[in-house]
Amino acid sequence: MSEKPIKGEKRVFLTGNEVVAWAAVAAEADIMFGYPITPQNEIMHYWTRMAPRFNKRFLQTEDEISAGFTTNGGVLAGLKAFTATAGPGNTLMQEPISMAEMMRLPVVTIVQQRGGPSSATVIYSQQEVTLTTHGGNGEGMRVVYSTASHQELYDYTIKAFNTAWKYRFPTFVLGDGYQAKMREPLTIYDPEERGIEVVPSYKFIGGAGKPGVDRPPVQLRNIYNMEEELLEVLEEQFAEFGKISPDVAECEYFGCEDAEIVVTAHGVVARGAKSAVKELREHGLKVGYFRPITLRPLAVKELRDIFSKAKKVLVAESANGQLDQLLKYAAYGLTTEMVSLFKPGVGINSEDIYDKVKTMLEN
Amino acid sequence: MANAIKIVMAGEGGQGVQSVAEIIAEAANEEGKECLYIPNFGVEQRGGVSVAYVQISDEAIGAPKFNTGDIVVALSDRALYRTKQYVGPQTIFVYDTSINVPKEDLPANAARILGIPAVEISKNELHPRVFNIIIMGAVVGATSVISREDAKRAIEHKLGAKFEKQPKLRDQNFSAIDRGIELVTKAG
Amino acid sequence: MIKPSMPKSWRVDTKPHKFCPGCGHGLVLKALGQAIDELDIQDRVVFGCDIGCSLLAWDFFNVDTVQTHHGRTNPVMTGIKRANPDLICIGYMGDGGGYAIGSQHLVNAATRNEKITVILVNNAQYGMTGGQMAPTTLPGMKTETTPYGRDVDSTGYPCQGPEMVAAITREGAYVARATVVKPVPLKNYIKKAIQNQMEGNGFSFVECLSACPTNWRTNNVETINFVENEMTKYYHVGEIKVPPPKEPLKVKTWTKIPAMEVQKNG
Repeated sequence: MSEKPIKGEKRVFLTGNEVVAWAAVAAEADIMFGYPITPQNEIMHYWTRMAPRFNKRFLQTEDEISAGFTTNGGVLAGLKAFTATAGPGNTLMQEPISMAEMMRLPVVTIVQQRGGPSSATVIYSQQEVTLTTHGGNGEGMRVVYSTASHQELYDYTIKAFNTAWKYRFPTFVLGDGYQAKMREPLTIYDPEERGIEVVPSYKFIGGAGKPGVDRPPVQLRNIYNMEEELLEVLEEQFAEFGKISPDVAECEYFGCEDAEIVVTAHGVVARGAKSAVKELREHGLKVGYFRPITLRPLAVKELRDIFSKAKKVLVAESANGQLDQLLKYAAYGLTTEMVSLFKPGVGINSEDIYDKVKTMLEN
Repeated sequence: MANAIKIVMAGEGGQGVQSVAEIIAEAANEEGKECLYIPNFGVEQRGGVSVAYVQISDEAIGAPKFNTGDIVVALSDRALYRTKQYVGPQTIFVYDTSINVPKEDLPANAARILGIPAVEISKNELHPRVFNIIIMGAVVGATSVISREDAKRAIEHKLGAKFEKQPKLRDQNFSAIDRGIELVTKAG
Repeated sequence: MIKPSMPKSWRVDTKPHKFCPGCGHGLVLKALGQAIDELDIQDRVVFGCDIGCSLLAWDFFNVDTVQTHHGRTNPVMTGIKRANPDLICIGYMGDGGGYAIGSQHLVNAATRNEKITVILVNNAQYGMTGGQMAPTTLPGMKTETTPYGRDVDSTGYPCQGPEMVAAITREGAYVARATVVKPVPLKNYIKKAIQNQMEGNGFSFVECLSACPTNWRTNNVETINFVENEMTKYYHVGEIKVPPPKEPLKVKTWTKIPAMEVQKNG
């Protein structure tokens, strides 16, 4: 048994990529597969530095397709395997993720969003929401946590491994270039000391006994001969995903009871939204704040409840309406006006949101 | 969002703005404050204008970047044009007097504009390598965001190993902090 | 009625298999089954099959099996082997999966000398999708996408897979080309490729020249003739790279050294 990586609680001042590596260690991840792409590289850098100390493994593959499929292989063999990517790498990663969806493999993927489309920028965006929640040629059978701070990056990376291995759906932590590269304080801890159960991994293949003699062979496929066979598989997945959704879905909100305008944002933009709404409320303005933490599945009940009471909803995101699309689908049938503040590939600051809400209130 | 002290520092790659920003943020963290430091980064590994954003507060910090800084520091002409957008009526704008730009190109709307001869002082009085520490002193002096002692402690923390080998470096760095603080307090 | 003997590692309840009559896959998989039996490794093998006709082998053996994506079997096998080196990972794919869509994975698994075994079935075209040109299609050969015959000026020459793998692997790799018309060496090469993985020597690769009478539109005589006489003009059968012996070879010798008297120094 290697040494316990984190003992007690410790306040640290780290970059987001470093936080992810520490969280993966704390979550008892065993092996990482990865391919270099900015802005996630330092996750690999820190992981490989820690690897010998904590008996962890790493393989740098030839591309993200391979990183994703080797991750699938690692999970099949029974290890907590994960990968990290961004932008065009996330595009390639969708192929292995679709296999993981079909076979219900608990793979964990960290995404640090960068500009899009194409190679765009290496800096920042929230333009990988559609891809991460609904990528591949499937139905989006995955869990996506969108983090907003280093503390959350730590908490939700640990949670992602637990969710994946508990429910057997591919799970993402959706960060961005800002979160990857910025430094801020957080508290790291051993999850078990906080009473958080670390869900154990198990083998899908290569278990004990001779297949066909002591046990039936495990034979996992992703292609079916008949339409009906596929439908049966999918319907079971949809039912299962629907069943777990209320347990998995998370959101945070405040000031929505009396709000005329509810500001909605996710990820790092939610930080600016939060401080802008706080300030607006301090000035006596009836403004609320709603933030989905899981983008898939969404906390639909809370969302509909809050949106239905507001006069207007302001959706702020560093994309051209990718969150907005998810929200509108969830809010179908409500008549609340939805106003947008979209800055694709560009940060949205507290002042931008503050000013926008002020203009909305004046009109 | 109003309570955080917001700092933008920009210079040419190699002028050391990122390490100064990091030392300030680390010092604030050591004091138990909320702080956030984010560098700009692009596809170039070296070269280009380097910009650092730091926020320090007693409360949780909002967006990692901001539209208007409380203090904006520009150490080269390119950095000046790049950071002018962060200057508002409350902003203290600090620049190095060695910058070669026409007077009318300095931001017109700043609360105060402080030209400091950091390049000259580091070259003539101290050592060129502590240029960025003079700038750090100027930021500390202009904002009181961290105390003089904490600034020195943070430098000790960051460069202590080097100081052990070359004790003269410690004196140079600490003098640079003092000189930086003095420059802005005198200029004000 | 006498039934043909099946390898013990075959999964009997899924037979008869799903390949077309006359297809070479059955012969390769029989050789693989025999090799698994002889090595007695049924409880340690993980079989990974690609997409293409090879996907039909997903329930072929009584061994744990993963059906992957087109071209992606090598990374999946790599991930499994890296995670659990006690398992014996055998990837099974066609020429399209190995040499076209998955070529970067084959090249990189080979250069990293991954301790996996790859069995690649070369039938000179894409079978499952209906007979298009593959990297292995012979010059002048008609396929659905080369209806006037493969023109090497515009589409290049057939891919020499094992020769490439031999060139890019380190010592310890095992590389061979077999053919379904010679079942004994076919089985021997596959067995050696598995043993090479078990000994931890390096990447192990066997290309198997195979037949697709359905898309070739050939009768049984023409089919065998094409594999035996046409394909072998471009694809030389035999072992291409074998690991060096771990100890010097012991040679039987009949040489007798005459006894000599040793003079004592006075």
